[in-house]
This record gives sequence, structure tokens and C-alpha cells, in this order.
Amino acid sequence: MRKLTGALLSGFTWFWILLAFFPIGWMVFTSLKTETDAATIPPTFAVPLSFDQYREVWDRDFAPYLLNSLFASITSTILVLAIAIPAAYGLSIRPVRKVQDVLFFFISTRFLPVAAAILPLYFILKTIGLLDNVTALALLYGAMNLPIAVWMMRSFFNDVPREITEAGQVDGANLRVEITRLVLPIVAPGVAAVALISFIFAWNEYFLALILTSDAARTLPPYLASFVDGRGQFLAVLSAASTMAVFPVVLAGWAAQKQLVRGLAMGAVK
Amino acid sequence: MTTRTMWRFGVPAAVTAGVMTLAACSGAGTGGGGEATAGGDGGESVELTLATVNNPQMKDMEELKSTFESEHPDIKVKFVQMEEGDLRAAVTADVASGAGQYDIVTVGAYEVPQWAQLGWLTNLSPALEADADYDVADLFPAVTDALSVDGDLYAVPFYGESSILMYNKDLFEAAGLTMPDHPTWTEVADFAKQLKTDDTAGICLRGKPGWGDLFAPLTTVVNTFGGQWYDTNWDAQVDAQPFQDAVNFYVDLLADAGQSDPVSYSFTECLNLVQSSKAAMWYDASVAASILEDESTSAVAGSMGYVHAPVEKTTESGWLWSWNLAVPNTTKNQVAAETFVKWATSKEYQQLVGETLGWTRVPPGARVSTYSIPEYEEAAAAFAPLTLDVMNAVDPKMPGVSPQPWVGVQYVTIPEFQDVGNQVAQLVADAIAGRTTVEDALAKGQTIAQEAGDKQK
Repeated sequence: MRKLTGALLSGFTWFWILLAFFPIGWMVFTSLKTETDAATIPPTFAVPLSFDQYREVWDRDFAPYLLNSLFASITSTILVLAIAIPAAYGLSIRPVRKVQDVLFFFISTRFLPVAAAILPLYFILKTIGLLDNVTALALLYGAMNLPIAVWMMRSFFNDVPREITEAGQVDGANLRVEITRLVLPIVAPGVAAVALISFIFAWNEYFLALILTSDAARTLPPYLASFVDGRGQFLAVLSAASTMAVFPVVLAGWAAQKQLVRGLAMGAVK
Repeated sequence: MTTRTMWRFGVPAAVTAGVMTLAACSGAGTGGGGEATAGGDGGESVELTLATVNNPQMKDMEELKSTFESEHPDIKVKFVQMEEGDLRAAVTADVASGAGQYDIVTVGAYEVPQWAQLGWLTNLSPALEADADYDVADLFPAVTDALSVDGDLYAVPFYGESSILMYNKDLFEAAGLTMPDHPTWTEVADFAKQLKTDDTAGICLRGKPGWGDLFAPLTTVVNTFGGQWYDTNWDAQVDAQPFQDAVNFYVDLLADAGQSDPVSYSFTECLNLVQSSKAAMWYDASVAASILEDESTSAVAGSMGYVHAPVEKTTESGWLWSWNLAVPNTTKNQVAAETFVKWATSKEYQQLVGETLGWTRVPPGARVSTYSIPEYEEAAAAFAPLTLDVMNAVDPKMPGVSPQPWVGVQYVTIPEFQDVGNQVAQLVADAIAGRTTVEDALAKGQTIAQEAGDKQK
């Protein structure tokens, strides 16, 4: 009976894994077809496959958009970590007065839909000459992701036993040593989780990139949408472009998976 | 530093630094748009930024821009391609705020007169008329009517289209049916019901909510049924009997003989269905014919027939749409931008497309002379004469049976129409999906439309 239950559980797990992976697998499969085969209803399987669509994507200047996305995502992630770690530390290990109000203020900045702020943002950037500027985009992404990062980091810091920091203080550790030598190594998986989530949010951001950039600073999401052709077929080439666009995120997730699982599980058990 | 530490920290740091450097070198982080358009009409080298919809004809333009650049070594053209909805959002923000990121923009026929009246676009008439080789009179009059304000052209059509009925001749022959050249909607509905099978739709029609999706074909049905969005006093007519009859007919036709799940279908979905021989008829943009007849990509090339848009109370019922090139007032490179616009919409460009990329890829519906190019006539024999007929017959000033206070067939040329059209389209899509009745949907639609109409009074 136990064997049967185990087998059923394994089968169920595999079913969900395959179900979750299916859209990605189908996207990769479609990217290898011709446009005609990709558009055929019902879908065909025994068709010739090639990398022609990837070549077309690369020929349509994929690299500058990729670099812009990497620059905006990495810069904003560094910015987020640089501010969120000390901020969360101040709210957790050495809490300021009215900490709950401060936390609510942080998260309340996420209540306003981006669409409602786009016009002021547009005019401010236009006035200071930062439209179509990838550094400005990175700063905005950093500001957008900061509240959630502070909240997450604070929950990780809350799990650090106070005895460790107190022992450090008894041994004469100053604040910098306390953070860098004692606390950060313990919450490293949490930092990895925050960094990855911040990176993914910035990587996938679409609306600001569409409106605030035109050419030099354009990132991958609006570039991907440009493959959606209102008067023709586009599924295969769009799939190829999407596959190329998700690759860096998959790579980052794979590289950080061990830390990530630990980080996301932190705070689950008290 | 140990090897393990180096891999954990050194490699990611090196990759990050590399990306930053490359991004900086590629122009990221700088105000690229400003640099690109510096200089301008003073004789120095200029890079024009062109925002365009990513339709096949526009991609062809980008492919051929090197010819222009070799003829004009001091002008480079950078294309920024966008999906239609994105283009509207990005270009509207740019032009309305005077940001000046784009030197040339692709604008739909719906926006051109509104933007011209707001003073956002350059009047192109002086530049076009000053060029003896540029034959302005050769542009389709119906199209230029829609792009003019007080007789001045504020955009030039790159390609234009109407709507036609396309049908699969093999399926019609197998069923013993004959399609007339000028069918009525009653006849089409009858054919569709006879041709409908479990795996083949009798007709494919757009059902995806959106003023440019569902309401493009549906407004032409409304027009030919005697309805209209507004009367001459800007009183909404959405719940009037002719509008109701048209929408009821459309919804019933989809239910009786249309494709399954119609609310997820627009142009591309119907194109795929027809190319798979899973739809016997399709009423949509005339530009679809050139895609269906492309032997390299279409399985139904040679099997399709094309006739005029179905009618009821009018003699013609095709829509009119064009994608046009315009020069925003904010450009610093007006002369260079006008030079490119003239080149891309010239007779010589059409020859270049035909000779370089193939004659079926010549942008249709912009110039009358296109239809007398022998090679084009031969390559596009299946649909070119019909397109010419329809484009000449369309009357954007009065497409239905009653006068209207705007110029346009399948849209109302007021800023509020995008929102009105989208909201009413969502209500009608709900009726198509069976979530509400047509009467209820149009009653709510009437209120929405009237609010916009009141602002025009």
C-alpha cells in the first residue's frame, strides 16, 4: 500500500512538472519550425526543424536589446541590494521607532498602478533629458523593486538569532562588521532570493520600457512584442526570440537554485 | 582567493562588469535619441529614427532602406518596430508631449486628421507639391481624403487596404455552390450554414474585443444594414434598430456557422484557419489576399476566390484603412525626414520592391498606378483588380445610408472612439460568448457612446 501511494505521488508530481514545463517545451519546439508549420491547425509534429528563426532574430539586432536588459536588470538589482540590506537591517535587528508604520509606508508605494504615474514620469524624464536612457530605466526599476526587497530582507533578518549579534557586540564588533561578518553570511540565501526576484522583475518589466524608451535604451520585452505581426504569421520567430530572451533568467535561476530554495524556505519554520 | 571563492564571486563579478562595459559601448546609458538626431538640416550627417508598426510591408521597407541610404549618403534611417497597440501608446506619448524621439512615425488613418488638427504633424503638401517627380494625384483619393485637413496632406499612405470576402473555391465546388461577385450578407449567411461542418467553419469573422479588431468588420456590417455610430447631431445610434439588426445578424452568423471560440479570433487567427482549409469563407482586410496567394507560405494559394464585401442596403461595404508616414512637428530633421517619406511612398520604391523582393510584395492600396504595372497585374491577378475596384468605390465621407459628421468608414474620427469602441466591443463580445444579450449590450453601449457624442456637440 505504501509503495502504491509512493508511486501515485511520484506520478502526480511528474504530471505537474510536465504540465508546468509544457509551455516552455512547446515554445522551444515551435521556434524550430517554419512559420507555416507553426501556424498549422491542428499542430503538426513530424515536420522539418531548423535554427532559421534564431538566425532571423539575431539578424534583427537582438544583441543591443539584450545588453540593455542586462544593464538595467543588473544595475537595478545591485541598487536594490545596496539599499534594501541596510534598510531592512535597521527595521529588524536594530528596529527604529514605529517600525510597522515604516514598513507600511514602504509597501504602500506599490499600491499606485504604474500607469497612473507614467505621465509625470514621462514629463520629468523629458525635462531632465533622460528619456530613452537605460540608466534612468535602471533607477526606476530599483525604486520599484525596493519595497518588496526591504520586506523580504527584513523577514530574513528576523530569523537571525539575536544572541549572535549580541555576542559580536560583546567582542567589540562595530555595525559594519556586525552586518558583513555576522549577519550577511547567515542570510546569504535570502539575499540570493531577493536578488533573483529583483532581477526577474526588472528583466520582465514591459510598460515603462515601452513608453520611456524609443531606441538606444529599449529592452527585450518591448522588442519581443515587436515580433507580434498584425498582418502575418509570427509564431515561430516570436518563439525563437522568447527562447533567447528567457535563457539568461533560466541561467541565473539555475545558478542560484540551491541558495534560492534555502532562501525561499527561510522563515518557513520558526 | 580560493578557486571555489573565485567561481562563486569572481566569475559573476566579471560577467557583470563585462555587461556594463558592453552596454555602455553599445549606447546604453546615454541619451541615444538625442545624439542620433543632432545636426539635421544644416548639411551634416543625420540619423532619422522611424517608429513603425511591424507589418510585412514595413519590414520590407527596412530591408530596402540601404538603397535610400546609398542614394543619400548623409542620411541614415533607424527603424524601431512595434506591435500596433504599442506603437499607438509610444508614439502618442512622444508626439503629444513634444519629446521629439522620432523623426518619422507610422500613423493609422484614424489618428492622422486628429493629430493634424492638434498641430502635432508637419503639413507635407508643400514638400510633396514642390517635387515635380512625386505624383501626388496618383495617391488613392479616398485615402488622401482621410489624411487631409483643409485640403493639406499631413501624412502619406504607405499602404492601404479595404475589406473583401475571401472563399475557398474547392469547398464551394465540392458543395455545388457559386459565389456571386457582389454577394449580400443574406447569401453569405446561407452559404456559411451549408458549408459548416464539425471541423470546418462556414465563415471566419473577428470576435476579439477591440475597436480595431471586432468592430472593424462589424462596423461595415452596421453601415450596410443602414446603421451608424452617430447621426449628424452627434447623437449615438448604437441602440437604434439598424445597429441592433446588424449586430444580431453578426452574432447569429457566428453562432450558426462561425468558428468555435470566436472571441479569441482576429486577423491572424482567421488567417491561420483559412490557410489550414478549416474555414470556407473569411471577411477581412484585402491585404490578406496577398498572404494567401504567396505560394511559399500558403497551402491554399490558387484555391481562393475573392469578391466584394457583402452588402445589404448599400452598393459597397468595404472598409478603408491605411498605414501612413508622417513627420512630427518636433523633429529637428524635417527636410531629411520628408526626403525619406517621399522616397518610401514613391512610384520608384514600388518598382524597387517588385524587382527586389517580388511583385506580390508591392505595398497595395496607396497608388493607383500600382495596378497598371504589368508585372504586378500578372503576379496579383487573383486579387489586384478587385482591390482597385473596392478602393475606388469606398466612400469614407458617407459609407452607410445616412450622412455622418466625420470622415472614416469603420471608425469615428474622435479621440474618444478608441475607448468607446473598445468598451462596446467588449459588450458585444460578451453577447457573442453568450454572457449577455445583444439588446442589453447595445443598451449599455448607447450610454457609453452618447457620453462621447455629447462632447462633440
